[in-house]
Amino acid sequence: MIPELNIALAILLLPLVSFVLLIFFGKRFMEKSGLVGTTFLGIDLLLAIYIFFSKLAVETRWDFTFTWIDFHTVVNNVPLKIDIGIMVDNLTAVMLVVVTLISFLVHLFSIAYMKDDVRYSRYYANLGIFTFSMLGIVLTNNYLLMYVFWELVGLSSYLLIGHWYEKKSASDAAKKAFVVNRVGDLGFFIGIMIVWMQFSTLTFDGIFSAIGHGNIPFGSNTWLTAAGLLIFCGAVGKSAQFPLHVWLPDAMEGPTPVSALIHAATMVAAGVYLVARTFPMLTADALMVIAYTGAITAFVAASIAIVQNDIKKILAYSTVSQLGYMVMGLGVGAYTAGVMHLVTHAAFKAGLFLASGSVIYAMHHALHHLNDHHTDAQDVRFMGGLKSKMPVTFWTMTIFTLAISGVPLTSGFLSKDEILAGTLAYSHFTGHSLIPIIGFLVAGLTAFYMFRMLILTFMGEHHDKHRLDHIHESPRVMTIPLMVLAALSFFVFFSFNPISASQGWFFQKMTYPTVAVPEAIASTPTVEFIEEIHHQHTMAMVLSVAVSGIGILLAFVTYFWKKISADAFERALKPVHTFLYRKWFFDELYDATAVAATLGTARLLAWFDGTIIDGVVNGAGWLTKLVSVFSGKFDSYVVDGAVNFTAYFAGLLGLSVRKVQTGKVQTYMIFAIIGFMVLLALYI
Amino acid sequence: MTITLTHFLIISAVLFSFGIYAVLTRRNAIMVLMGLELILNSANINFLAFSRFGGMNIEGQMAAIFVIILAAAEAAVALAIVLNIYKRFNTVNVDEISLLKD
Amino acid sequence: MNMYEIVFYFFAFVTVASAAVVVFSRNIVYSAFSLLFTFFGVAGIYVLLNADFLAITQLLIYVGGILVLLLFGVMLTTNTVNIDIKSGSMNVIPAVSVVAVLAGLLGGVFWTSDWFVSKQMGDLPVQTTSKEIGNALITTHVLPFEVASVILLIAIVGAAMMARREGLKSQNPSSK
Repeated sequence: MIPELNIALAILLLPLVSFVLLIFFGKRFMEKSGLVGTTFLGIDLLLAIYIFFSKLAVETRWDFTFTWIDFHTVVNNVPLKIDIGIMVDNLTAVMLVVVTLISFLVHLFSIAYMKDDVRYSRYYANLGIFTFSMLGIVLTNNYLLMYVFWELVGLSSYLLIGHWYEKKSASDAAKKAFVVNRVGDLGFFIGIMIVWMQFSTLTFDGIFSAIGHGNIPFGSNTWLTAAGLLIFCGAVGKSAQFPLHVWLPDAMEGPTPVSALIHAATMVAAGVYLVARTFPMLTADALMVIAYTGAITAFVAASIAIVQNDIKKILAYSTVSQLGYMVMGLGVGAYTAGVMHLVTHAAFKAGLFLASGSVIYAMHHALHHLNDHHTDAQDVRFMGGLKSKMPVTFWTMTIFTLAISGVPLTSGFLSKDEILAGTLAYSHFTGHSLIPIIGFLVAGLTAFYMFRMLILTFMGEHHDKHRLDHIHESPRVMTIPLMVLAALSFFVFFSFNPISASQGWFFQKMTYPTVAVPEAIASTPTVEFIEEIHHQHTMAMVLSVAVSGIGILLAFVTYFWKKISADAFERALKPVHTFLYRKWFFDELYDATAVAATLGTARLLAWFDGTIIDGVVNGAGWLTKLVSVFSGKFDSYVVDGAVNFTAYFAGLLGLSVRKVQTGKVQTYMIFAIIGFMVLLALYI
Repeated sequence: MTITLTHFLIISAVLFSFGIYAVLTRRNAIMVLMGLELILNSANINFLAFSRFGGMNIEGQMAAIFVIILAAAEAAVALAIVLNIYKRFNTVNVDEISLLKD
Repeated sequence: MNMYEIVFYFFAFVTVASAAVVVFSRNIVYSAFSLLFTFFGVAGIYVLLNADFLAITQLLIYVGGILVLLLFGVMLTTNTVNIDIKSGSMNVIPAVSVVAVLAGLLGGVFWTSDWFVSKQMGDLPVQTTSKEIGNALITTHVLPFEVASVILLIAIVGAAMMARREGLKSQNPSSK
């Protein structure tokens, strides 16, 4: 095993150690729990950075595989055994840094944010297990372990979302996240089983090389597409893609730093990571479905985000929208752009969530101070004018907002640009022009609703002067993570050229994986596709800056200068507003269909239980009772009579036979010897 | 006429019958014990005879040794019991001790 | 008639005759002393069966141990006041018939059985068996050997226990 892989294992296990320490000895650490968790993650981050630099310096991939279970049989000329192991390639190395960095900053931020929480150490323990599972996903080299860690992420996100489980909405949200994820995971699992049936291996390498050699599941291209799409189902659940996106906004019931960790940088990124990992085995058809899923998700979420008033809900829908972007990017074939957007988005979206956490923290303290328990601390309509009071939060939030809006000089601009160029190239090759149209539309919408949020929160007038006096900047331990993430939102970290990322290290190192699917069903060959992206790049850049500019301008006109009345629009388009505000009625739809069907089935089963089964059981009971009455009569007359007669007979017999019992041992002995003699006589 | 296995068996059978007779008829518990010793001795003769005629197999002698060991233990315990009986009933005549009757 | 047969018949006679005295003597002390000769005769028969070690053991344990114990029993339990040294018989008629039939049956078994051994006594070199017995006791028969030792220990403890309780009882007349 390569020494670096030992370090990678250490990275994986340190958060687990933190979890074990805190879950079992949390009571002892109490206020120190945060420091313990943060220290572990700090070491983890340093190790990840070390791995990152040493991995990017070499071309080879680090892989360690061993046979876990050997069935000692051969199926389809392949020895049947389960290999598992860990692997570090460039994608993993980048993901390691992203996960540990965000996790570390969230740990740090939470020290202040969660200070007075009743389950402080439990919170940090859950953060530990979550980070462990997430690192497991990116480190493993096979679908089996990935599925295991996948489910662990599901579990730990359940624990984190439901951290304040006394609140019904929080426990409901946790359950919803868990159940909706299960729906996607079911598809994922079936996909894994198809792959296992065909290839008898679950390692990425083994599967891709088998496909590369022309080994197609059940000899059918459709099955290969199906396998890829089923595995993508897992990503749909985890990355909150349409139609399983409904859990993510509800999951905002968890603590805000958790939202930053789970819903910005890691858990939802797992789905995108899964698509990136599975990329070599995705056929053109599968990629098309993925691209449309991403595009629809991006548009639906962006349209909902426009009308939301809860600051976290806005961010949640913007996350869903951006995830749709990434998936769309991967779907159209812009692999590097999709992954890059994952990384850049992780930084600025985590920053946005932490900044909103900072705002909520300040609002909450101010409201608490004023004994105001009615005003919602997360509603942007009650904010405004916080700029002067919270300068650090404001400026960092502005940077994040610029980044997510795709304004030049930010990291978001680079990655979004590449995705848009990819969609243009895709439509050029395949004629699906709807996808770039949605892409640019969503870019404009994103800029609009993000600036709406920023303006409503920080600019203008606070509608309650008295409250404004009580709002203070958050403590240093919360603002430092914000500043770090703000710094990472600039272009220099990804490319020295502020308008194109293609010469930056990210594009140099994160090369396209070799596509394994047969040429006939593969998407556009990589080389041509990349060339086309270069052609479309300038156009994409100009267009995206233009739509972003329009979006930002509209936001300022509407909410800052108030030239256009938002309320008038809302009244004029009442049905549309309601439709968007109620989130396209997705929850109602699912309530009416899936939930209602489940409940109906359950009621039917309950009725069946209560009427038929209970009837049978009660009937059986009644019958048994009847039989037992008869049997009782039989007992008391026939059986008891027989028993009493036997006893009487035995007594009679005993009276006559007792004369034999003299009480003299020797008499008994004679009988014994007579018996012995009978044996002897029989022998003779 | 040489000495055969049957000779030894006959002697053991005679000793056995004497022992049984003593056990069955004597009223004194000590005498019963003596009869028991005779029975054990007859069994030992059988063991050794079969051992000798079976090609000098040592197993028979081993069995005899264990019989002797148990006879010693039995004698010790039995006499202790007899002494206790004597204390309890002031007699060692087994026919007078018939508590088993009821 | 060779020497072996003479010796055999001598010991057989001693054994059977003294056993008859043991059984039929009215005096329990006679019986006990006669038993000494029975044991002695049996020991002689053991020697004739090439069981020298057993013969010595027979003398040591039966004559030296068991017989002495029996004599102690006789002396301790005989009511000296009534001088009831004689010991009566009972069940004589059923016992005689039973024993007669039993002896007949045993003889029948002996005569009719086809033993898996030679009827004749093969020639053997004169040698002692104690070495073999010693070997067997600590190898193949070590478990019964150890069990026997435990049994002896239990017998000793049990006998001592009963003797002690007897002593306690005699001091406690209320239990009578």
